[in-house]
Amino acid sequence: MIRTPLRPLARILDARRKGENPDAIERENLRIRHEQMRDAARSRAEGRLLVMAVMFFCAFGVVGARMGTLAASEAEEPRAQATGASIIASRADIVDRHGRVMATNMETFSLYAHPQHMVDPHRTAAKLVSIFPELNEERLRKDLTGKRKFMWIRKKLSPEQKQKVHDIGEPGLLFGPREMRLYPNGALAAHIMGGASFGREGVHSAEVIGTAGIEKFFDENLRDPAREGAPMELSLDLTVQAAAERVLLGGMKLLNAKGAASVLMDVHTGEVISIASLPDFDPNDRPRPLTEGDASDSPLFNRAVQGVYELGSTFKVFTSAQALELGLVNPNTVIDTSPPMRVNGHPIGEFAGKNYGPLSVSDIIIKSSNRGTGKLALQIGSKRQQAFLKSVGFFDPVPLQIVEATGGQPLLPPRWSDISTVTISYGHGISVTPLHLAAGYAAIANGGHYVQPTLLKQDGPKLGPRVMSERTAGQSLDMLRKVVTKGTASFGEVPGYFVGGKTGTADKPKRRGGGYYKNKVINTFASIFPTNDPKYVLIVTLDEPVETSGRKPRRTAGWTAVPVAAEMIRRVAPLLGLRPDIETRHLTDIINTSN
Amino acid sequence: MRSLLYVMTFMTVIGAAFWAYHENYKTQDALGEAQAVRAEIRDSRARLAVLKAEWAYLNRPDRLRDLAEVNFDRLGLMALKPDQFGRVDQIAYPAPPELPITDPVEISSAGATE
Repeated sequence: MIRTPLRPLARILDARRKGENPDAIERENLRIRHEQMRDAARSRAEGRLLVMAVMFFCAFGVVGARMGTLAASEAEEPRAQATGASIIASRADIVDRHGRVMATNMETFSLYAHPQHMVDPHRTAAKLVSIFPELNEERLRKDLTGKRKFMWIRKKLSPEQKQKVHDIGEPGLLFGPREMRLYPNGALAAHIMGGASFGREGVHSAEVIGTAGIEKFFDENLRDPAREGAPMELSLDLTVQAAAERVLLGGMKLLNAKGAASVLMDVHTGEVISIASLPDFDPNDRPRPLTEGDASDSPLFNRAVQGVYELGSTFKVFTSAQALELGLVNPNTVIDTSPPMRVNGHPIGEFAGKNYGPLSVSDIIIKSSNRGTGKLALQIGSKRQQAFLKSVGFFDPVPLQIVEATGGQPLLPPRWSDISTVTISYGHGISVTPLHLAAGYAAIANGGHYVQPTLLKQDGPKLGPRVMSERTAGQSLDMLRKVVTKGTASFGEVPGYFVGGKTGTADKPKRRGGGYYKNKVINTFASIFPTNDPKYVLIVTLDEPVETSGRKPRRTAGWTAVPVAAEMIRRVAPLLGLRPDIETRHLTDIINTSN
Repeated sequence: MRSLLYVMTFMTVIGAAFWAYHENYKTQDALGEAQAVRAEIRDSRARLAVLKAEWAYLNRPDRLRDLAEVNFDRLGLMALKPDQFGRVDQIAYPAPPELPITDPVEISSAGATE
């Protein structure tokens, strides 16, 4: 660039000649030069600003475009990731304690329609109805020819049905993949499994959500992708459960009972090995809940967990255990059980109006004397009785891992008067579930600890707080064993398993209040086996059973629940790997003959 | 000298571009392969799930019980009973095999006097 001189000689000389100030020329030139410099600097700055603006625009444009594509495109798994386990989106399986499948998933298809793509909606409607007879042809025809752009036709299809729909050859009929919950064992442990259905549905997938039972209780947990498909291990044993349900069903049919329930529980871990309630249902096709009538008549009702019943004399052993624990009596203390006995003006009677006379505490349990336990309860007092029953969990629902468990709220007397104390001592006036009773008997069986029943597999004993001393538990266990060897539960003897237990027969209270039915009973047998080394507690409850082999119909637990429980132990104990102990000589068998 | 530098630079650029493209294609191939394997894993998993479900369905206790009843003549299967427990010493084990004779001694009564 040629710089213009500030003082061009020609103009200076010219100015001097004219008598002007040559400095003005220099200033003028300086001004022009400054203006040129300013313009150059400005244009350079403008250029830089433009470049910056373009760069920022491009950068933000790229970010924006990327955000747009991410938002608008379908999500897909990163292809170049080196992780081994890919995310498993399906619901976790449920397996029994030996890993046998109780609930799993199946791939199936749903059927939906895009009516605007239909070639021949009338023919399609007719064909669809011939495949799915439950569809209404009139309605379908209206929907397919109407203005709707999308409609569901079926939520689940079998492969055969899918092929048939495919064969219609209608482009407006489309399939969406679905995952459905399958319970391969059908009605087995139906009340625990509950059932599942679809939650939010899309064309490509649908949520499977639990609707009842353990499926609903652990819904979040089962759906959690962090499980990576690890199955949920239950404490149930499929084989034992099947055998128990079979025996229970047979017993229920033979004894004309309306319903039945059984609970088999490990006394050290609290694991529920089998829990059954009859009648049952198929969780693959869960029936609708009853809209009218009594909910407990529905097969959905879980008698073992939701059914609160007055379980009768099975409670007596808790009264005697507490009396022993408090040191009020010992097993040989004699108590007079002769009539009359009146509490707050109410007479306390025995079964069939019997009079046992003076009995030892042990015999009170063996003979099942109401007056005997009533007198023990009066010695204990209502405060201490309540505290004890609370400690074995009879005041709250059992926290079993199914949603229905909260329905098993025990019914307690509103005012705990002396008469309540006495009737509750023999199991009347308090209603609990068979599962409560199982937890209570487990405390006797395991040496005095409360254990919380659980449906999840445990890895060791889970003994809770101590509710009675080991000595008391042992003495109570002896009494329960004697109930079977020489008391009301003589049908309960299973050779080799040293069954101990207590029968309970309670009249059913009338539904609308006002006393009890004369010939409707709840029979219960609460048993522990083997009593020489207690491992399991088994509760069998029959609803309105009647044994008709004799001249008069019999409705006591000794004739109904006990034989069923004995048969169940006979079937189930070998499956649990319990070896019958036949050959061991026991001290009770040795008779000292020499002096 | 300078032109040699230019040529060298040009060749290097071409070489680098060739290498980059080559690596890119190899990566694409590997990704495709990984995707195929992943799809195979997915399908296998689905098939495994179906097979497991079918296994569980075929082994459901109801069915096994019915089969045991139907085939009772041939199999004679009954429910497990407590009296079926035995002791190890009640089992008739097969007799131990006789030891092989490795050093036979010829015995003959030909030369016997009595």
